[in-house]
Amino acid sequence: MKDNKGNALLFILLFILSVLYLIPILIVFINSFKGRLYISDQPFALPNAETFYGLKNYTIGLAKTGFFKAAFWSFFITVLSVGVIVICTSMTGWFITRVRNRVNNFLYYAFVFSMIVPFQMVMYTMTKIANMLNLDNPVGIAVIYLGFGAGQSVFLFSGFVKSIPVELEEAAMIDGCNPVKTFFWVVFPVLKPIAITVAILNAMWIWNDYLLPYLVIGAEYKTIPIAIQYLKTGYGGIDMGAMMAMLVLAIIPIIVFYLACQRYIIEGVIAGAVKG
Amino acid sequence: MHNRHMSRYFFVFVFPTLLAFLLSFVIPFILGIVLSFTDFTSIIDAKWVGISNYIEAFSNKDFINALRFTVKIAIVTVITVNFFAMCLALLLTRKIRGTNVFRAIFFMPNLIGGIVLGYIWQLIINGVLYKFGVTLTYKPEYGFWGLVILMNWQMIGYMMVIYIAAIQSIPNTLIEAAKIDGASPFQILTRIKLPVIMPSITICLFLTMANSFKNFDSNLALTAGAPSRKTAMLALDIYNTFYNTLNGEGVGQAKAVVFFIIVAVIAFLQLKLTRRKEVDNV
Repeated sequence: MKDNKGNALLFILLFILSVLYLIPILIVFINSFKGRLYISDQPFALPNAETFYGLKNYTIGLAKTGFFKAAFWSFFITVLSVGVIVICTSMTGWFITRVRNRVNNFLYYAFVFSMIVPFQMVMYTMTKIANMLNLDNPVGIAVIYLGFGAGQSVFLFSGFVKSIPVELEEAAMIDGCNPVKTFFWVVFPVLKPIAITVAILNAMWIWNDYLLPYLVIGAEYKTIPIAIQYLKTGYGGIDMGAMMAMLVLAIIPIIVFYLACQRYIIEGVIAGAVKG
Repeated sequence: MHNRHMSRYFFVFVFPTLLAFLLSFVIPFILGIVLSFTDFTSIIDAKWVGISNYIEAFSNKDFINALRFTVKIAIVTVITVNFFAMCLALLLTRKIRGTNVFRAIFFMPNLIGGIVLGYIWQLIINGVLYKFGVTLTYKPEYGFWGLVILMNWQMIGYMMVIYIAAIQSIPNTLIEAAKIDGASPFQILTRIKLPVIMPSITICLFLTMANSFKNFDSNLALTAGAPSRKTAMLALDIYNTFYNTLNGEGVGQAKAVVFFIIVAVIAFLQLKLTRRKEVDNV
């Protein structure tokens, strides 16, 4: 009985906390319908007859940022890069774990080492190399993401491979499968849980990434974060109305994605953190 | 036998990843170290200058300020984020109704990118400060606490999720036995729960620290370093040195190497600590 009462109080406390947690997003949403002059001054006021702006902020923002184009490029780059990363690093992770020799051991440690290097260390030189090799386009940037994301992904796949029995693979090879066939028919289905983790961690990183795409392809192709930042720097004074509207549009796909695969996302984050 | 047969497939399995890794990590990394000892405006016109870039970096007051600012942010953030995350995790493992919904809500901000987070909090904090007739960029302290609040909002849910997983993996018999022995809830927390999940605490402390040190996006969006670069963290200061300073490339690269060394030392400490904990457990 006493416990029930305590739990009811805790429930109320958590309820209030979670409402507080969501309020920042709610405020942005409300302000996206207010005239731009009424946002900075009174962000906590609800729109009234005078300040209500309808969908005007949205139409202005869409025109200024080319948001739909940016959303397309964000989507294109994220899907392509994540696909390339999952396929290439799962193959590499499996191979260097199963074939133990000096080269593969060295590569493993090189991949692990790359995980701790902050982006600023290679920011300038990587951008220059990408330009020289004509990788500065939405397809080429997948190569950059593969190279810079390889460390963590190979590490996660390799750790998982160590925990699965080798017998199944050996049986397949004795039955005459070559390693490529063995990998895609026998091994990859077993790797599915960690492949989902790798896909989610990389998707979260690439979708939200600002600096790398800005430096490599930002002049020609804007992703969503670049388009939003451009709203601030591009046209003299910042149009808060358009900014609010674009923030709302930027958050919507993330929430949809989250609602669709919440369980995988949270499990993926735990797996990535504990092993990474 | 198995090994030798497989080795011939190195090209198929490893080469694509390795080529990308060489182009966008290994070569830029080595070149970055070399260039930090030179003066350059593009990769081909580098002139050897020894350690003068490093001397210049450490006598640059923006860099020293960014270093101090980043360390302060990291310390405050590590403590607050992990404290609140632990509190929420302890509450959410008490079999209360709606636990899954609460967990999902607290985790959600973590999915939103730094640029968007920065502008959300710029609006809110400026809205509050407007009542006092100032803005976020009026004093560096405002930017400091703004960043701390933002990073708390961003990271608490993430660490909470890791703590929840750790608490749920504590065997129930352990806690039941302690209850039978007459342990108070506080004793159960400090003598059983916290010690058992210590490895997770170590991981979360270092994750928070590394994330704080490497923060760039929300720093750029929230204050962009204003007023007068006083709220620029290390990553933003390095960016400014490269792209917003005349002939800043050499010094920028030297700062980047120093930044790398700091982050590497943090990662190395984490590895040592978690390894030792594992041995303790055996």
